[in-house]
Amino acid sequence: MDMIQFYLYKTLHAANGEMALDISVEIEPGQLVAVYGASGAGKTTILRILAGLTKPDKGSINIDTNSWVDTEKGFHLPTQKRNIGMVFQDYALFPNMTVEQNLNYALEKGQDATIVEELIEIMELRELRRSKPSMLSGGQKQRVALARALVRKPLLLLLDEPLSALDSEMRIKLQDHILEVHRRYKLTTILVSHDLAEIYKMADTVLVLENGKIIKQGHPSNVFFNRQVSGKFQFTGEVVSIDKEDIIYIVSVLIGNNIVKVVATEDDIKELKQGDKVLVASKAFNPLIRKINL
Amino acid sequence: MIDWQPLWVTFKLALITTVILLVIAIPLAYWLAYSTKRIKTIVEVLVTMPLVLPPSVLGFYLLLAFSPASGLGKLLEHYFDIRLVFSFSGLVIGSVIYSLPFMVHPILAGFSGLSPALKEASYSLGKTGRQTLFNVLLPNIKPSLLTGIVLAFAHTIGEFGVVLMIGGNIPGQTQVASIAIYDEVESLNYHNANVYALILFLVSFCILLAVYSFNRNYTKNKWI
Repeated sequence: MDMIQFYLYKTLHAANGEMALDISVEIEPGQLVAVYGASGAGKTTILRILAGLTKPDKGSINIDTNSWVDTEKGFHLPTQKRNIGMVFQDYALFPNMTVEQNLNYALEKGQDATIVEELIEIMELRELRRSKPSMLSGGQKQRVALARALVRKPLLLLLDEPLSALDSEMRIKLQDHILEVHRRYKLTTILVSHDLAEIYKMADTVLVLENGKIIKQGHPSNVFFNRQVSGKFQFTGEVVSIDKEDIIYIVSVLIGNNIVKVVATEDDIKELKQGDKVLVASKAFNPLIRKINL
Repeated sequence: MIDWQPLWVTFKLALITTVILLVIAIPLAYWLAYSTKRIKTIVEVLVTMPLVLPPSVLGFYLLLAFSPASGLGKLLEHYFDIRLVFSFSGLVIGSVIYSLPFMVHPILAGFSGLSPALKEASYSLGKTGRQTLFNVLLPNIKPSLLTGIVLAFAHTIGEFGVVLMIGGNIPGQTQVASIAIYDEVESLNYHNANVYALILFLVSFCILLAVYSFNRNYTKNKWI
């Protein structure tokens, strides 16, 4: 498997003056790495340099024993020669081609076209295959962009805030799609994101970027919380249904996007009816609160 | 009796000029849109010059350049036996330069209007610059290409000053319709002038009408 190592230095002209991007990273093969940071911290630039769309002032990129960039030798492998798949923030689907043509375009000369069918299945694009991109919703475009990036079976999948424009339901669905292909095709994936929940759910490793430097890295739970959190949880939600089961009652409560089932006695439900706002709490532990350290 | 030659010369000239311009303007506009070289600004200015210069200025310099007594004209005549001044080939060269901005500017605007991510996405899929140009960029700027073609064609039909300076007024060779009209009016043949003028008017009107309707439909149905 291919270990990815890179060292990058580049002066960026950000909104609040000049800033030096200066990072050194090692990525184990098969990992899903999130790059987290405020906008303007240099996240997208890292992806662009890895993709070969932007040149670093100084630096090197090595994939196993292959060199992609070595500024000391003046070497810069063009984007076309790098085995990558990239999903752009605005999806960059080709407007003149249908969904299927977008995917077919990505095929390499002589490559077996069954991969296109496979991706159409996985990404649930069967119904949309003859549609032009302008007819698709944000989530659908995203799925096409992801599928297109995977046609060449890349080594490295680069995702530039792919989910930021989507509503939360669509986001969760697409997170699952990304995780599925990440595992299925044994990809090494780099995901730029500024959504903590997303990173927590998906990433093996997170790099926290501030003003062009990595200030923290590691497993999301170690990076964002000092130690594993346990204790009392308490949420507000809305009663969806109350069902009798033998001698007890099951109250289903909608909290966020999730339905939580809570056991209740006859006394508890006397005051409850569908649509009531309720508090669901666990009393056994003391609650803890921790600032998310960045 | 009306002589159809000037009209034939006019449309032949416009057609050849447009084809040559299309071949030149696509790479030129591509370079202007994506190059980061400093010299780009100079080239952009040169391309735009025919838009602001009086055609007689351009014609005057071309006349000097093509003249068999001067450097370039002498060279061409000596080595290739080509005489550009007062010839149809000379007219074509003059028209290409004169109509260059009308072809380059719309195509340049088309390229600039595309999201840079389209080109980058194509590169990230392993496609070369040429594959990207023909499969992704050009198909997405069809209205700009059409506008360029039509403006260049129409503008060449309307040429007067440059043609008069370097083409002379040789019937069947370099006498175009716009000059023929001038000629007929000078000799008080109002009827003939009227026929030429009316034909030019109608042809130009129909061409522009066709383009505007196509572009309107294209923008409306582009995404279906």
